[in-house]
Amino acid sequence: MAKITLSDLRHSYFTKPKTPDDWALKQLDIEWEDGGAYALLGPSGCGKSTLLNIISGLLVPSHGRVLFNELDVTHASTADRKIAQVFQFPVVYDSMTVFDNLAFPLRNRGVAEDEVTKRVHEVAEMTDLTAMLKNRASGLTADGKQKISLGRGLVRTDVNAILFDEPLTVIDPHLKFLLRAKLKELHQRVNNTMIYVTHDQTEALTFADQVVVMNVGEVVQIGTPVELFEEPQHTFVGHFIGSPGMNVVPCTIESGSAIFGGRKIKTANKVTATTVKTELGVRPEFVSFAKTGVAARVVKVADAGRFNIVETNCQGHRVYLLSAKGEPIPSGAAKLAFDPENTRIYLDGWLGGRRVGS
Amino acid sequence: MKRYAWLIPTIYIIFLMLPIYWLVTMSFKTTNEILGSFTLFPQRFTLDNYRTIFTDPTWYWGYINSIIYVSLNTVISVAAALPAAYAFSRYRFLGDKHLFFWLLTNRMAPAAVFALPFFQLYSAIELFDTHIAVALAHTLFNIPLAVWILEGFMSGVPRQLDETAYVDGYSFPAFFTKIFIPTIGAGIGVAAFFCFMFSWVELLLAKTLTAVYAKPIAATMTKTASTSGYELGLLAAAGTLTIIPGAIVIWFVRNYIAKGFALGRV
Amino acid sequence: MNKPVNQKAWFFVLPVLLLVAFNAIVPLMTVVNYSVQETFGNNEFFWSGVIWFEELMRNPRFHDSLGRQFTFTLTILAIEIPLGVIIALAMPRKGIWVSVCLVLMALPLLIPWNVVGAMWNIFALPEIGLLGKTLNTLGFDYNYTRQTGAAWFTLITMDVWHWTSLVVLLSYAGLVSIPDAYYQAARIDGASPWAIFRYIQLPKMKRVLTIAILLRFMDSFNIYTEPLVLTGGGPGNSTTLLSIDLAKKALGEFDLGPAAAMSLIYFLVILLTSWIFYTLMMRNEEQ
Repeated sequence: MAKITLSDLRHSYFTKPKTPDDWALKQLDIEWEDGGAYALLGPSGCGKSTLLNIISGLLVPSHGRVLFNELDVTHASTADRKIAQVFQFPVVYDSMTVFDNLAFPLRNRGVAEDEVTKRVHEVAEMTDLTAMLKNRASGLTADGKQKISLGRGLVRTDVNAILFDEPLTVIDPHLKFLLRAKLKELHQRVNNTMIYVTHDQTEALTFADQVVVMNVGEVVQIGTPVELFEEPQHTFVGHFIGSPGMNVVPCTIESGSAIFGGRKIKTANKVTATTVKTELGVRPEFVSFAKTGVAARVVKVADAGRFNIVETNCQGHRVYLLSAKGEPIPSGAAKLAFDPENTRIYLDGWLGGRRVGS
Repeated sequence: MKRYAWLIPTIYIIFLMLPIYWLVTMSFKTTNEILGSFTLFPQRFTLDNYRTIFTDPTWYWGYINSIIYVSLNTVISVAAALPAAYAFSRYRFLGDKHLFFWLLTNRMAPAAVFALPFFQLYSAIELFDTHIAVALAHTLFNIPLAVWILEGFMSGVPRQLDETAYVDGYSFPAFFTKIFIPTIGAGIGVAAFFCFMFSWVELLLAKTLTAVYAKPIAATMTKTASTSGYELGLLAAAGTLTIIPGAIVIWFVRNYIAKGFALGRV
Repeated sequence: MNKPVNQKAWFFVLPVLLLVAFNAIVPLMTVVNYSVQETFGNNEFFWSGVIWFEELMRNPRFHDSLGRQFTFTLTILAIEIPLGVIIALAMPRKGIWVSVCLVLMALPLLIPWNVVGAMWNIFALPEIGLLGKTLNTLGFDYNYTRQTGAAWFTLITMDVWHWTSLVVLLSYAGLVSIPDAYYQAARIDGASPWAIFRYIQLPKMKRVLTIAILLRFMDSFNIYTEPLVLTGGGPGNSTTLLSIDLAKKALGEFDLGPAAAMSLIYFLVILLTSWIFYTLMMRNEEQ
């Protein structure tokens, strides 16, 4: 088990990167505590797979260092890093039984056979594979195979971290929930550092203590699921997390305060400098109908179970709000109020007044 | 160990190229040089052997004959195999498994067994010494091969494609020609390549079924070897020329060769 | 795979059926017919029962050529299969060299079989061939037209030259179908190169290797043109394989009865191996 530090990390697949777009990873400083559960969340192509490969040792970064417990492993091979990985598509050794699959990493390391049997039975019990130990691995379902992959990491006592690369991609929807719960349970039991890469916010938010949100090769926010929801540091985080995502509308700034729809809007932050793009961000949860406020027109109401999602046209921009079941929804013209505690000004996408890492 | 891995294929390719090199270099030598001395390169470079082949009708007609029956065979084999492969890949029907197996056994049929009966059969129906006779005879092993390869490729195309097309209002012939055939274009290319190849390299049947008018190049070569003494240079030149068509077609299917040899089942 | 039952599919198969039946059944009937008849020339034939089969079974000449055939087939399998796998393992997986390797390696497969024979004939000639001259210069007494050992060496080297690429191509196709994740997982699990071969590469190549072994088995059983052109079955009868013996009987000596009986036995061997091939393949497909 280890603390993982990524220091001043940058990576480009080009030998001589010219424009900022040539960098798959722009600039990264992250510290992951020993035994934590972390998620790397972001859309396809955001650089999360590149980052995972750098941690697992399949890629050497163009710049910066990777440390496992203060030990520099930037150039160490995958085997030397002592990590385990569960891949997107299940990897099992088809010709072996489930038992032999789980025993494989131990036997390769020359562990005595009694010890192997003991460890395998322990891990099989944890991962609910005991009943299938004698079966051929090729006959298992996708979720069973993913459990084997995970089990091969868990049997080893020397593992620094377990990496998950979108492990639920090929799992049936009704089993995803079960396997996710299992992962969470296992993490609490074995207390290993786990890093989980995904583009699915539900998976990331339910699994991880800390979520790293990435977009186009940059980390846009690191925080607990609650922080990501309540205080998005970037409009991308607001958009990407939450359903529907945060409303983002353009605004103007006058003496540090936001002006939208001709009205001064109270916000949680104040800004001193203004830049090219100034926006107002507020989650649908914190928008409500009011007697006074910004004029809007109700366009559509969608039933989402416990509440309704109301789509409005507010000063030419689409603004969503959530209204509890039974609350009256005005038809046509309406006025919208934004909760000052949860309405923020964003400058060029970043939360005004402070910026991650600065 | 990994660093020196490239040595193995390199040495193997050199081993493959040596006899070919010897054939090619010999084709540029005079008969005197071949028989008189041992030289790694032609000392007196000559194109006479090639000149003979390109000016003597018995020689160049050999090539034309070969290309005619090989092409005919390729067209017949692929055209007949297409609907059959579709049937095998999409439906079950009475006796399908046995039929498939029986086709396979014909791919394995030893030509030596069939040579004489073929001679009698094609003489009886008065097709002896025609291009079509050789083309038809070669379908014995090429059709099974084409069916197997095409079936392998077709089984890789999800059946939803067929169903979507019918829902969109395509008739079967329109679907087959406009949608399905373009989809398995690579498979057809590979099947055609293998038909071409096996028809091109086979000699025993081609020789047995022809005498004068449809005589393949390979047969012309054997005749030369025995009648006009030991004209090794000429023989080498003729041999070199038979390698060229193969080399050209390989290039087009290089990415699919292996899949074809696995009968479309990798 | 749940394919729907549709008897009309027979119409699709009909052209293939007619063409192959025409080529396979009529000649096969002719062969069967010969195998049970006696001829004294003049196109007169008499029923002779199974005497040709009995005679063949007792005939040492047949036993010899069958023995040679098995020796040949097993030898080339023992060389070509491991060699092909090793070469496939060492081949590059990406980049321009893949195409170069594939094209160059496939080249021998596209050379007409008599040209293969002729090429090796002149390549191995003791005085003027590159191989023969080199061997003799190095101090080996090598002359494949006079020495049985040399003739076999040349014959087997020629077949290895001609057909190993088939094994390489098939193995290679099996290898490249293995996703990178398997190699990564193996590295993470600390697998040795041997373990990677044994538990990842070999299982994935099992299916293509089955095809390779059986194709090579059957094709080597049918081999005719190349050895005929190379050695003509000689020196003596030392390289007279089954097909050559058969053709000598049927075409050379016009001994149609025994030749036909031999053809049928031959055909049964092929049928049996085809059946094994088919069964193995279908079982693979179901997995």
